[in-house]
Formats: sequence, structure tokens, C-alpha cells
Amino acid sequence: MAEVMVPIGPQHPALKEPVNFRIYVEGEKIVRLELDLSYNHRGIEKAAEERNFIRVLPLLERVCGICSHSHATAFVKGIEEIMGLEVPARGQYIRTIIAELERMHSHLLWLGVAAHEIGFNTLLMWTWRDREAVLDTLEEMSGNRVHYNMNEIGGVRLDLSEKQVEAAQQRLPVLEERIAQYVDMVSHQETMLLRFRGVGKLSKEEILKYGTVGPTARASGVDYDVRRDDPYLVYDEVPWNVVTDSSGDVYGRTKVRIGELSESLKIVRHCIENLPGGPIRVTSAPKAAPKGEILSRYEAPRGELAHFIRTNGTDKADRLDIRTPTLANWTSVAKALVNQNLADIPVIVAAIDPCLSCTSRMTVIDTGTMAQGSISWEELVRKCRARYGTEVQP
Amino acid sequence: MTDPLLLAVYIFVFPGFLFLLACALFFQYIDRKLAARMQHRVGPPLLQPLADLIKTLGKEVIDVKGVDRGAFSAAPLIALAAVMTAFLYIPVIGASPLAFQGDLILVLYLMTLPTLVLFVMGWLSRNVFACVGAIRTVTQLFIYEVPFFLVMLAPGLMAGSWSISEIVAWQQVHPWCAVLQPIGFVIALIALQAKLERTPFDIPEAETEIVAGPWTELTGHRLALMKLAFDVSLVTGSALIAALFLGGPELPWVIAPVWLAALAGFGLFLIKTLAVLFILATLRVATGRIRLDQLNDIGWKYIAGAAVFQVALVLVMNAWWVQP
Repeated sequence: MAEVMVPIGPQHPALKEPVNFRIYVEGEKIVRLELDLSYNHRGIEKAAEERNFIRVLPLLERVCGICSHSHATAFVKGIEEIMGLEVPARGQYIRTIIAELERMHSHLLWLGVAAHEIGFNTLLMWTWRDREAVLDTLEEMSGNRVHYNMNEIGGVRLDLSEKQVEAAQQRLPVLEERIAQYVDMVSHQETMLLRFRGVGKLSKEEILKYGTVGPTARASGVDYDVRRDDPYLVYDEVPWNVVTDSSGDVYGRTKVRIGELSESLKIVRHCIENLPGGPIRVTSAPKAAPKGEILSRYEAPRGELAHFIRTNGTDKADRLDIRTPTLANWTSVAKALVNQNLADIPVIVAAIDPCLSCTSRMTVIDTGTMAQGSISWEELVRKCRARYGTEVQP
Repeated sequence: MTDPLLLAVYIFVFPGFLFLLACALFFQYIDRKLAARMQHRVGPPLLQPLADLIKTLGKEVIDVKGVDRGAFSAAPLIALAAVMTAFLYIPVIGASPLAFQGDLILVLYLMTLPTLVLFVMGWLSRNVFACVGAIRTVTQLFIYEVPFFLVMLAPGLMAGSWSISEIVAWQQVHPWCAVLQPIGFVIALIALQAKLERTPFDIPEAETEIVAGPWTELTGHRLALMKLAFDVSLVTGSALIAALFLGGPELPWVIAPVWLAALAGFGLFLIKTLAVLFILATLRVATGRIRLDQLNDIGWKYIAGAAVFQVALVLVMNAWWVQP
């Protein structure tokens, strides 16, 4: 049978963000695929270098809608280390509560999306209903549903009141019960088992070879979690476990994420019950950071997030480089898709929980000499015109 | 009912075409509302299906380059006409006045047409998603059609008639076929779900994989009529199962005035058909979509095998127990 190219994206019902796959299939079997990322380059890294540390935080939250707290925390954590600031315990606890609530809402959202990809819309409706409880809690605590803007250099912006803590505590048992229901559902729902088990399998060796991170890696038996292996915030004081699975397929990734839901709930409960008193931020954080370089690592819901920050003694970062977990996971998707069914593309792609617009980067490479470099705006416009034959004025 | 005027009323008004269209929209409403409530949503208001139909009918028709416009517009009409005709032979308030020996086979044949039309339209669309969808449609047809025919003909085999109305009449004095042929009843429900391309068998139009499959290039009135054809198909299919397996609109005893008997028959028809719809809707909500190769496995290994077993069982029962 001849190869047929099936284009998926940049506009496609399975994709919520712009990416283009050109999938070559023989019948229903995938032979190979070509990926085209970067439809939404926003220049956030460059913009972040133009703003001072106070103004850069709201910008960094906009790298990703779902992991907004992750990006801001990864950045402040790095800057605080360069500045040598000691954040008060209450501030760290509040950051952890927000971080784990964020993980819960992200994983609940993912579970719904994964179910939707196999046409199981009932689970989508149910998980997104329960996600509202988490979002309501976040809104009460921060005033916002997704961009919480809780971080400041040296602590957090808002304190938690007794009332907010009580409201959160009331929601936790409901969520616990629902999560238990999903745990049961994943291991018993027949169509989910049919569509998840043995699909998109990646061995531990492949995971390590392609540098995959987060729940995708943990589902293949890689016992690695930044929260435990390079602890930050208060993860070394809270009792919790790293969830791993050995199956390495979409089913394993689902189990790991649902397991992490319960663990996150445990962490939130512990932090709320043991919330220390005292100030929430240092009284006078310096405006400028001394010269230095740091790689700040953070376990975002999708995996290890890395912010490389170089400071030069001013109140702006000299260089900020963000490596989002999706960028680390993409290559494993291309590998996992080969020899699978056309019908399994959406669920395998969704299984890494891709966040596409966060991954857009630009590098200029000469395909002949493989030399990398930068390019002026005028030259970029000229090249685009030559490529697309348009008459856009610079 | 030999009066031509009465027959015309039967065909065009009640329980013929006009009633059928209203019923199709009402069933779509019930189906959507049931699914919505099970998924903790509010669901659509009563007239939403009608509003959807009118709106889609008025939408712009976009022609695919190089596709025969006439054929593309006529195809949904053929599908709609086929399933509407099929409904005329199904007892609604009593035996159908158009009944004849072999109408069961005609109805089954007419109900296959929308799927074939869908395949042709997908294939003609010159669109990779529609083509893949069309191939899936016809592959799925080969999987469910054999068991569907086998189990739908089994009640006829037991009643000794190929007329739906006579099978219904037979069930007045005998137990329902759902009791006598439970395997057949279950397979009929599953196969109907596959025929209507509803979850877990919405493989040909898998939204997240191939956009809308054969439906991708359908726009405006073509889309509206094709959708209506499948809604009518849902009513016809549910009513057919209700007639063959649940005794249709007939009561085991005779009711005195004719109008009261007709009313009771209509009530029974609605109750039983809605019961079938309830099962189909629950199945749709409770499952995700399976893959074509998995359906192939399940279909040929288990469903077809069970259907053959059911037919064999009917033959054995005919020989020793139930006298036609």
C-alpha cells in the first residue's frame, strides 16, 4: 500500500495549540512523522531581559497559562539564591501550597484531555468539574484562577487568612473522594484500558536517551523528581512519595499522574495544617542582583523546568534561558509514534501533556556549515520575503 | 385501512413522515439531554435540535473543487429517503398497513444505505481525512453488518415470517424475543450503535483523529440533511429493535374501542423505543472510542460468533420447543 501523508495541525480538532505534524501512514500504521514546531514565537526571553525583577514576574507567568506559578517560582528561586536571600518559612509554605494546587489542576485538566482524545467525553466533563474546586481555592487565595501572581522576590505577595485556609480544607475531602474514583476508573474502565495499555511504549533506556522528563519519564520507571532529588521550597520537610510506574505506555503515564494527584493533595493538606506563623516575605529585598549565573530547576506539572539566569549586577537579568519540559519530551513522542496506529496519534501526543506555545524558540542555523548565530531584523524580513514571496514592509 | 386518503395521512402525516421528523428531532433532544445529565451538564433546551436543523439548512454550501455538485447534493437526500421509507414498515400504532412478506429484509437493506452514501461522499470529497474516514466507514460496515443481519432475522426465523408486523403479532401470544433470544437482543443493540456511528463505534468520524471523517466536506443543507438522516435512522433502528425484540406496540389482550387500542399502541411504541434509546445513550456516555483493529477483533471473534450461535439456538428451539 502506498504511503499517504496526513497533515495534522496547525489547526486541528485534536490540538489546542499550534503545531504541525506531517504523518506518513500505510493504511492505519504510522511509518514516520515530521514535526514543525514554533508557530507562536513570542520573544519572552528577550522581553524578560529588558525588564527589572519586579516587572519580569508577571511576564514569566505568561510563558504558560497552566504552569504560571512554576515559571515565576523557578525564576525567583534562582534570583533569591544569587542575592543570598532567606525566604521566611510561611512564604515558602504558601508557595508550596500554590505549586501543588497548580499541579492538581494541571493533572485533572490533562486527565480530561486524554479521555477526550479517545472520545470518552464523560470523564472530560467530570474531571473539569472537579478541577473547578481547585481553581476556586486558587482564586480565593490569590484573586486569580490561573495567573496567581503570588511570587515576589523574597517571598509571596499575599498572606492566607484563617477563612481561606478553612475553605480549602473543606474542599480537600471532596477532591480526595473524586480522585479515588478516578484511580478506580483508570484501572477498570474497559475502553480506557483498550486504548491506553501498550500504546506509545517507551523503554527506560529510550527515556534516558532522549532526555525525557516528568511523569512521562516516571511512567517508564525512571525514579527522578526534582522535588526530591534537588529539593526546593519545603519539599524536604513534607512527607510525600515519588510516583513511578514500570509499564512505560500511556496507561502508565495516566497512573503516574493520578498517583501524583493524591500525593499533591497530601502535600497541600500537610502544608495547610502545619502552616507556620511569621512574615510572608523579607522586609527589604534588594533591587539589583550581584553578578552571577544560576541554573534554577523546578518540577513543573509536565516535568523538570529549568531557568538559566545570568545577572550582571543590575536590576535586570543579563540572560534568561527557559527550558520547558515539553521541549525535553518532544523527541520521545516522535519515537513513540512510529509503528502505532493513526488512531493513537492524539492520545500519544497528549500523553506527554504538551504545552506547545511555551516551547517556541528561534535559532539561526546555516544548514551547510551548521554554524549558529544571530540575525538582524532587516535580514530576517528579507529572508521571509524570499521564502514566502510576500511584500511585507519591515 | 384501504381508504387512499387514510393511507396518504398514514404515510405523510402520522405516523409517517411528518411525525417521523418530529420524532427524530425529539429523540436527538432526549439523547443529548440524557448524555448531558449523566455528564453533569445542563443539556440543550427542547427546541435546540430544530433550531440546529434550521440554522444548518440556511448555512452557505461550499463546493469542493472537482467534485460533482449534483451527486454531492443528491446523496444526503437518498440517505434520508431510504431511512424514512424504512420507517413506514415498522408498526407504530398497530400493524403497518403497508406490511408484506419480506418487509423486514427491505427495512434492513434500506437502513444500510446511509452508511454506503456516507462512504461514497467521503470517497468523493478529495480530502485525506474524508478518505480515511470513508475507508473506516466501510470497514466498520463489514464488521457489524453480518451479526446485525443475523440477529435481526432470528426473530423472523422463530415467528416463521419475514414481515415485521407478523413478528410483532406472534409476540402477542408468545414471550418477547428479548426473553427468548437474549444474546440476539444484546448484539442487535451493539450493532445498531455501530451502525449509527456512536461512541464507542464513532471510529469513522473520530473527531480528534480525522476531523469529522466523511462528514468533513459536508456543509449547509447537505450536512443538515445527512445529520437528519442519521437522526431518523436512530428512530427507525430503535423502533425496529423494539418491534422485533420487545413486542412492538401490541398488547397481549384485546382493547375494545379502536381509538383506545391505537392510543395504547402508540404509548407502548414510545415507551419501548425510548427504552432502547436510553440503553444506546448510556452506552455512548459510559465508553470511549475503540480502535478499528480492536473492533475488527471483537466483531469477528466474539460478536459474529455469538450471532451465529444465537441463530443455531433459534433453529434448535424451533425444532423442539417453540412452534411457529
